[in-house]
Parts: sequence; C-alpha cells; structure tokens
Amino acid sequence: MVKNEPKPVEALTYEEAFVELETIVAGLESGERPLEESMMLFERGQALTKRCAELLDKAELKVQALAGESLADFKENQ
Amino acid sequence: MEQLALFDASPRWTVTGLTRHLRLLLEADPDLQDIWVQGEISNLSRPASGHIYFTLKDSGASLRCVMWKTEAARLRFAPQDGMAIEAHGSLGIYEVAGQYQLYADSLRPLGEGALYQEFLRLKALLEAEGLFDAARKRPIPASPRRIGIVTSPTGAALRDMLNTLQRRMPLAEVTLAPAPVQGDEAPLALVAALRSLNRVAAPEVILLARGGGSIEDLWAFNDERVVRAVTESQAPVITGVGHETDFTLADFAADLRAPTPTAAAELATAITVLDLRQTLIEMAQILTGSMGTFFERQHNLLEGFQSGLRFYSPIRRVQTERQRVDELSRRGNAAQAYRLELAAERLMGLENRLTALSPLAVLQRGYAVVTKNKQVVVSRSQVQVGDALRVRLRDGEFDARVSGDG
Repeated sequence: MVKNEPKPVEALTYEEAFVELETIVAGLESGERPLEESMMLFERGQALTKRCAELLDKAELKVQALAGESLADFKENQ
Repeated sequence: MEQLALFDASPRWTVTGLTRHLRLLLEADPDLQDIWVQGEISNLSRPASGHIYFTLKDSGASLRCVMWKTEAARLRFAPQDGMAIEAHGSLGIYEVAGQYQLYADSLRPLGEGALYQEFLRLKALLEAEGLFDAARKRPIPASPRRIGIVTSPTGAALRDMLNTLQRRMPLAEVTLAPAPVQGDEAPLALVAALRSLNRVAAPEVILLARGGGSIEDLWAFNDERVVRAVTESQAPVITGVGHETDFTLADFAADLRAPTPTAAAELATAITVLDLRQTLIEMAQILTGSMGTFFERQHNLLEGFQSGLRFYSPIRRVQTERQRVDELSRRGNAAQAYRLELAAERLMGLENRLTALSPLAVLQRGYAVVTKNKQVVVSRSQVQVGDALRVRLRDGEFDARVSGDG
C-alpha cells in the first residue's frame, strides 16, 4: 500500500497525534534509518508534541445531554 | 390527723435508697436496655455542654430523653421539635431528679426503620442472586474519553462532577442522561436513563450519582429495578450516592462505589491531564534524545569511514607507487650499469682479439706488407721487374720498385 502524505498535525485529535508520536519515538529508538528519513520523523514528532500540548492547553470538557434518543449540547442553567 | 400504726411492717426507704433500687431494677431488665422508642420530639435543648435533652411524646405519654455529646456528634440529621423519630438507647433513672429517662445513643427519622428492614430483605435477596459478586465487577478504564452521567440536571452533584472532570480530564466528552433522583418517578427514570445512555452514547464508563440526603431521599437507589439496571449496563458503573456513610443497594451492584459524586468523577479519571502532560514531556525528551543518539551514531560511523578512507586513500597508493618506482629505478640503474660493464668488457675482449689478429701486430714484429695496386702481394708471380709496389711497415709506408728478380 502506498502511504499517503501524513495528515497535517492541525487536523489531528489528541489521541491520533499521540499514537503517531508514540510510533515515531519507537521507530527512532530502534534506529537504523537513513538520515533524511530520521530527520523527517524527528520534525514530525516535534510538530506532534506541540499539537498535543496545545490540545491539552485549550481542552474544554464537552458536555451533551440526552433528550430522548438524541443528543444536544448541555448548558448548565445556574 | 391519721394515726400511724405502731408496729407497721412496711419497709422503710430513704429516697436515695428507693431511687437506687428502682434504677437497678430498670437496668437489670434486658427488655429495657436495648430498645427503640418511637415518638415526637418536644422541649429539645442543646446547652453548651453539647448534650441533647428532649422529650419524646405521643398522644398518651411522654418520656424524658438525653443524648450525650459523643453520640450527638454522630447524628446524620438535626433533631427538631415536632419531628417524628425513633430513638435507640437504654432506660435508666436520673436519681437527683427522681426522673426515669431514656439514654439515647442514636436517633433516626420515623419510617427509616421500616425502610431499613426492607433494605435488608432486598439486599439479602439480590445478594443470593449473585448481583453483588466481586466476580461480576468490571474494571474501570483508566482514561475513558466518553463518560456518561446519570443524575439530576439541576443538582449540585452534577456541577461537582463536571467541575472535577473539567479539572482532571478536559479532553473527555460527557453525556448526561438527566433523571430525577428522588420521588416516586425516580426509579423508572433512572432505569430508562441508564439504558438509553448505553444505547445512544456508548460511554466507556457511567457515573450514577446524587448528592446527600435523608435515607428516603436516597431510596430510589435501593430500588430493585435500578439495582438490576446497574448490573445490566454495558458500560461499567461508578456510583456516588449521598455521603461517605451512605450505602445503597445500587452501590453494592455497581462496578465501583465512590463515597460522593465528586469522588466518582475522580475514580473515572485515574489518568489526569497532568499525567498526560508528564508523558508528553517524557516523549519529547526521548524524541530529542533519540535524535542525539542518531547523530552520535552517524558521527561514529563517519569517523570510521574516514579512517577507512585514509587507509585506502589513493594518496597513500601514490606514495607507495613512488617508492616502488624509486626502488625499481635504483635496481634498474644497477642492472644497466652491469650490462654496460659487461658490454665494455666484451668490447675490450673483441678489441684484443682484433688486435691480435691485426696484420699491424705482425708489422710490430718487423714484418712488412707489400701491396701492388692495393692488392697484397703474397706470391712471387704477382710481380715483375719494374712494378711499383707499396710497402707498409710498423710506423709508416713508402713506395718501392721491383729492380730485379732476385
């Protein structure tokens, strides 16, 4: 299978970004890659780290309420 | 004035003696030492000592009651005048006042006793059915992203849980299945909320919660239908009902019981955003470190190549070749000289031989060569008188003429 261009990090969810980061780190740790590929992985890894940190920084609990069989955004009426 | 009988046989008592006797009688009666008494509170007072004094009464009688400070501190509700309660304790006499009274050690609102009996009956039944077995309990995911909540949409419990979740794991997505948590309609509403929450949102864990209240307030969580719905939930259920000291049957059936709604939200977020940050920092370090290692390894490889290159370098080869050429040329020269010498020697030999063969050598010894018209005269017949001859001697030539025939 031809590997597609990786998604831009901005489009990734925290889980997606983190899983990819884990893979890259494991791959770099095992070594034995050409320099160019290692550099690309490293840069991607850095971008993913940044993306994860941003997502953690601005994360806000998403709350929905069940209304019958459907979901609607929930606002606490305090 | 009434005449006292002289020899009255009736026993004589002092007030103290009589009162003590009565006290011992009461205290010796096991039926009066561990009792529940039901009535309505009146004349309640709680002086600075912290002890509580009140009277329990019903339509026909009243009973003085006292509750010492240590027991009073354990009350889950504030007793008030007019409140119908059951008081547990032992009967005794306060001798100074000549007052018999109940020394109460616990109080509960009236009706709780009957509820408690029902609670015990149902608990035994469901327990026998295995609904509370430890083996049934499912593990709670450490970091669920989809969290379901079943509670009242207006209660403090919901606010507490949402605040806790926001603080600990803001990446989570919460689905609330609102339901009344007390009252007659509560059990069926809770059952429906649990079911539709599982069906519609498929959460990884469900928090079933409500804030503190009286045992009647919490009663829906002892309802058999609610208990069964908890055990039937696809997602594991964490209960957080009432306070630390409240245990409901839903708690027993739950996969995990939390003492409060806030604690339930905490137990659902074992891994917090702080943990994620820490992991991320470690990953970044490993990433940078692995790149450092990579460069170091490449550097070492390059150094290896470099010394290899130096070893096999053409410069070195050239130097080697030059040396060889030098040596060869040295050897070549020698050979050449030898050859020349040899040639020179051969030449000399030839020369000597030539010299030896030369007629000139004969001339040295005094012979002469006679030629006539450049022909060497070797025979008498070659000449006649008068012929011009040429004579060659060791050191020169001269002309001669044949003058006779000898």
